[in-house]
Amino acid sequence: MTTQQLPEPAGLRARRFRPAEQGVVLLLGAAATISVLITVGIVFTLIEEGSGFWGSVSLVDFFTGTEWFPVDRVYGVLPLLSASVLIAVLAALVAVPIGIGSAIYLSEYADERTRRVVKPILELLAGMPTIVLGFFALESVTPALQGAGIIPSDQLFNALAAGIVVGLLIVPLIASLSEDAFRAVPAAMREGAYGLGATKRVVATRIVFPAALSGVMASIVLALSRAIGETMAVTLAAGTQPNFTADPTEPVQTITAVIVAVSKGEATRGSELYQSIFAIGLVLFVVTMLINIAATALVRRFRTVYH
Amino acid sequence: MADSRLTSPPILHRPTEGRPEPRMELPELNIQADAGLPPTADEVVVFQATGVNVHYGKFLALKDVDLAIHRNEITALIGPSGCGKSTFLRCLNRMNDLIPGAEVGGTITFHGEDMYAPDVDPVDLRRRIGMVFQKPNPFPKSIRENLSFGMKVNGIRVDDDRIEQVLRHAALWDEVKDKLDQDAYALSGGQQQRLCIARAIAVNPEVILMDEPCSALDPISTLAIEDLMRTLREEYTIVIVTHNMQQAARVSDRTAFFTVQQLDGGDRHGILAEYNATERVFRAPEDPRTQDYITGRFG
Repeated sequence: MTTQQLPEPAGLRARRFRPAEQGVVLLLGAAATISVLITVGIVFTLIEEGSGFWGSVSLVDFFTGTEWFPVDRVYGVLPLLSASVLIAVLAALVAVPIGIGSAIYLSEYADERTRRVVKPILELLAGMPTIVLGFFALESVTPALQGAGIIPSDQLFNALAAGIVVGLLIVPLIASLSEDAFRAVPAAMREGAYGLGATKRVVATRIVFPAALSGVMASIVLALSRAIGETMAVTLAAGTQPNFTADPTEPVQTITAVIVAVSKGEATRGSELYQSIFAIGLVLFVVTMLINIAATALVRRFRTVYH
Repeated sequence: MADSRLTSPPILHRPTEGRPEPRMELPELNIQADAGLPPTADEVVVFQATGVNVHYGKFLALKDVDLAIHRNEITALIGPSGCGKSTFLRCLNRMNDLIPGAEVGGTITFHGEDMYAPDVDPVDLRRRIGMVFQKPNPFPKSIRENLSFGMKVNGIRVDDDRIEQVLRHAALWDEVKDKLDQDAYALSGGQQQRLCIARAIAVNPEVILMDEPCSALDPISTLAIEDLMRTLREEYTIVIVTHNMQQAARVSDRTAFFTVQQLDGGDRHGILAEYNATERVFRAPEDPRTQDYITGRFG
């Protein structure tokens, strides 16, 4: 074997400047920063624009007042908040069974062809303009409820019809996300249960559903915050009458409906009424944020780890 | 004894020229002194497959299999990838029913009755024919719930005695008796697989089908499962698919060798090449393809 003089190994200390890499990092970082800044900016606007309001209306009156009557400078948030929550709860009562039911059907029972047809149609419902749903509530749901004797025939606006259409709106959200969660449960787990002589129903309810629970919860909570922030359909269907009630047959006015009414009305910029919509907007924001925090905690608690 | 199993000679043995040399030295076989004889007529046949074809859609995965599986024996299904051995196993508890497009032709009888007759309930059938899978697949529940699930489904009363009995049966009791209410995923892979075996025997099946039960396990856990299989053989009929020929040689009474038949048109499907007492298959295979496979010349 001949000894050969090898070339001197290249030194390590020649760090290169790569402008493309730097540029990409900068661009992507800017994109991420912008979305954070926008969120912060919105919160800041809510606080800033509403700040004058807190000077003229007492916090206690605002949070405990059961009447919203700006003409007399009575600003109690409870009727608005309760209306938003009432409609979200009604929507959930409609959407959770239908959403989870269709998710189980699609993931456990339907064959591939059915799923390929049904799922996009279901998701189409999520893209329905909400003003259309509002008219659907006024033109179809409320008359049907009147026909069934649930709503007095001389009363057009009610929380129930609004809750039902918002429920329809969030069905696809629950169905689609829950179906993803069900399908993420490993096939091996289903086979293990089938191999023990379990029926489809038992596999779906006792194995797949619990294993996917965290995903299902996440879908419900996401749908809830969508429902509580829904505006057009509830403004049309539920009315414009602040009403502190838990009775779904009565007309109510949600936080979002008040914001619409005030901002399209004559309230001058900087007036107390104008400032009040930022205050209630902040309340809505906090409620939605609390729901999301609760959701994260729930998901963490119920998470099943499978490998 | 355990050592000899661990240090069995390598399976790859390539004769240099001409006829293959005397085959590899075999690992110790767990078969009776009189084993190696062809099946006798008075043995109880649990499954009888006749002319079984399995299609996945248009693809013929398994062609024309005739096979009898005998009571209280361990039958090993071996062969190269794609030979249809797992497909065949899954015919025995109608697990293929769950795969869209899968179709089983020919007949398979279970105690003389056609398993695929229209009035047979596959759910009830699976209660009598348990299954253990390639990867341990405990439910994401506690150890106790893993066992009680199948028992409840089958209307068996769940009590602590029964749980203990089943876990002892699966050689797992001593390791888990203090943590029955802990998550099954806290167990090691080998323990999980024994839990899956326990889960299967908790519902009193007659047969246990095992689809490469040790392929995801380390050698020590593998030996623990093999020991367990020998015990279980007293009460159950076991059919095991394995990639590991030494495992087949160590634990089984009979071995079925499946292989891939390549047709001129480019089509390929699995066939049963040879079925005999395990010792016969390994020491004096009749089919040259078996010989090639067990001596490691292909597969």
